[in-house]
Amino acid sequence: MRVGVLQFPGTNCEYDTEYAFKKLGCDVDIIWHKESVNAGYDLIVVAGGFSYGDYLRSGAIAKFSPVMESVKDYAKKGGRVLGICNGFQILTESRLLPGALKRNENLHFISKHHHLKVENNNNDFLKKLNVGDIVNIPIAHHDGNYYIDDDGLKELWDNGQVLLTYCDKNGEVSNPNGSVDSIAGVCNKEKNVFGLMPHPERAMEKLLGSDDGVKMLEGFLG
Amino acid sequence: MKAIVNVHLKPGVLDSQGKAVHHALSSLHFDSVNDVRIGKQIILELDENDEAKAKDEVSKMCEELLANTVIEDYTIEIVK
Repeated sequence: MRVGVLQFPGTNCEYDTEYAFKKLGCDVDIIWHKESVNAGYDLIVVAGGFSYGDYLRSGAIAKFSPVMESVKDYAKKGGRVLGICNGFQILTESRLLPGALKRNENLHFISKHHHLKVENNNNDFLKKLNVGDIVNIPIAHHDGNYYIDDDGLKELWDNGQVLLTYCDKNGEVSNPNGSVDSIAGVCNKEKNVFGLMPHPERAMEKLLGSDDGVKMLEGFLG
Repeated sequence: MKAIVNVHLKPGVLDSQGKAVHHALSSLHFDSVNDVRIGKQIILELDENDEAKAKDEVSKMCEELLANTVIEDYTIEIVK
């Protein structure tokens, strides 16, 4: 499987993402924002970081990068795209995913491990997990407060687009950032574009706290 | 010509910064404050003499970049 990882000025998770997918046996290319993606990839990952210094709004400038035009085209043709953290913000700003990410409700940058509950596995991303499974994945963000209006929220749940919600280790709701319905990750209606604030690529080694990210990213493999 | 763009969260979208500032004002005993909303102001120097055209152009800028209309509203004021 061939994975392309986007790199903007300010991206800082591209090498972690490369490590994670290489560990799963994938070929990985880092794609600079002035290049473009092509149909030869099985997955495009918009990696985390602080593209363009988060100027104006997180992800707002990156959406105009040349590479994003080709990503929109790639997604429109059914190509799979995964946005992690700042990548999620870029995908909502690009309108490839619904909703928006606001400043955390407590106004703090939050960096810690957090538990997540799988809400839907009827998709390429989480198909190796069961609904109700709990995973332990690091979060590290300032603007992770997911917002969508009431109609949009209903649509997300009705279509099975809510992928993950924040919870505690027993699966009870625990909301670190104020996201509506504690949403941590969503996909588009067509289920080929995925976004989440937590970092599965940072949870690939038990030695580093958790390897629950393996089960998540493995979903894309086959 | 100058355009002053104000961008703020839509009514109904929780403004955490506004809430924190409101709380701080209350602790300073400014009890007359009912609500605080925080926005940002973007000032554009324009090479354009037609006010209507300028406003139209700046509206497009807001829709495409300056505001995220999923969560934000904007107002435009043209100053000569």
